[in-house]
Amino acid sequence: MTALAVACDRVDVHFTTERGTVTALHELSLDVEDGAFLTMLGPSGCGKSTLLRVVADLIEPSKGSLRVLGRSPQEARSKREIGFVFQDAALMAWRSVLANVELPLEVGGGASIAGHAASPRELIELVGLKGWENAYPHELSGGMRQRVAIARALVTRPRLLLMDEPFGALDEITRDRLNEELLRVWEQTRTTILFVTHSLYEAAFLGQKVLMLAANPGRVREIVPVNLPYPRRLALRETPEFVKLVAHLRAVLETC
Amino acid sequence: MATPSSALQRPTAFVADSEAEAKFQARKNRLMWRRRLLPLAAALLLLGLWQAVVVYFGIRPFIAPSPVAVAYTLVDRFGILMQNLAPTALEALLGFAIGNLSAIALATAFVHNKTVEEAFFPIVVLINTIPVVAKAPILVLLMGNGMEPKIAIAALICFFPTLVNMTRGLSAVNPQTLELMRVLSASDREIFWKLRVYNSLPYLFSALKIAASTSVIGAIVAEWIGTTQGIGALIIEATYKFDSPMLYATVIVGASFSVTFFFVISLIERLVVKWEPQAVH
Repeated sequence: MTALAVACDRVDVHFTTERGTVTALHELSLDVEDGAFLTMLGPSGCGKSTLLRVVADLIEPSKGSLRVLGRSPQEARSKREIGFVFQDAALMAWRSVLANVELPLEVGGGASIAGHAASPRELIELVGLKGWENAYPHELSGGMRQRVAIARALVTRPRLLLMDEPFGALDEITRDRLNEELLRVWEQTRTTILFVTHSLYEAAFLGQKVLMLAANPGRVREIVPVNLPYPRRLALRETPEFVKLVAHLRAVLETC
Repeated sequence: MATPSSALQRPTAFVADSEAEAKFQARKNRLMWRRRLLPLAAALLLLGLWQAVVVYFGIRPFIAPSPVAVAYTLVDRFGILMQNLAPTALEALLGFAIGNLSAIALATAFVHNKTVEEAFFPIVVLINTIPVVAKAPILVLLMGNGMEPKIAIAALICFFPTLVNMTRGLSAVNPQTLELMRVLSASDREIFWKLRVYNSLPYLFSALKIAASTSVIGAIVAEWIGTTQGIGALIIEATYKFDSPMLYATVIVGASFSVTFFFVISLIERLVVKWEPQAVH
């Protein structure tokens, strides 16, 4: 058992395109403790999404070493220890809410972890969709679809949850609500969360720490600790401490 | 548990108001009948107009029949019409099945193997550009004068739209859903059966609906090239005999079969594709 959920050591990621090789991440080193909530902020092209995809074993690092939950990313993925939530809920239109949440248990040898898995119905209740189990995605609002995606990611009881701008396409009211609820889910499941966002407020409100990335090439600029107690409520955003923190994040972002 | 979510739950969103619901239902019913009766009334009006024109100008039966004469022929020679519909329907249905099944099989091969697609797709396009009336004689020479060339034409005419749509349906999956399947360590087999197949169904049915009517056209056109049986043969025969009521009656029988076929496919689609597809072009 390791205390580190993610251990990144001088990781490089290069992409080859028609216009030459692009360095998406350069010598990125990062340790994320087990159970942490880390938000990631940076200008576009800073490699936030790339970092999540490297951790999830969707992209292979070109250089450097990477351990996820004490294993190689490939092992962690195939042991179903990673959950991923995308900006698009990516639900299957032909499956009901319940069947979408059950998908991870049906594919990739998911049946083998069935004994260890969370109850899909309980998760649907946890994300506030009790009563909607048999509804189809087209009957749901954008916010509700994203809740289903979160429940689906949690069904394998992942020890690491990767979220790539999950609320980026939602309106502000829905986003605020889901921010509060995500913190509640985190407090209940105690899973490690890596959360990519474009919103300074979201980054400061959710994270224990905010990882600031600089672009071209993507690299760590600064890790800003958020010394605000949990449970956090939306009213926290009106406090002077929070306002000061956001101002600091903005100042750092300008140098990225 | 936090409360904001409960406001989104189903039971609280709907309030019973029987009066408003009854009004809404009545309005819906009215609109539905209107949608059905209006086209029917328009059709009757046009038929009346047609009859009036034929009678008023004294148009002779070998140029154009009156609707009454067509209706009379439909009833009087119903036996012969049905006798000739049977082979045409069989050719169309068999052609539909063979053409679509092979298109689905080839589309599956295309999606699994890019090389196969790159090698065969241009050839398929080339064959598709040959008009049916040009393909028909070639196939008659190859397959003789029986049902086989007609089935082959019907199959060929169904093949292309289904191949193109099916290939697209199998490959045009949401990239994030595909990434999700990778995160879940899904095998290619699981990605195919749980994602690509379902994704392709709305595309497949749009192609099948086109194929339902074109397969009948294919069979009829093929029958023009040498046969004594079928709707196509009857059309040629009636034309040469200047038997216009019979010609019109034959066309109506052929068209009715096409429309029925189309509706059967639409019905199956409604039973199979119960979800709302994201967007099918």
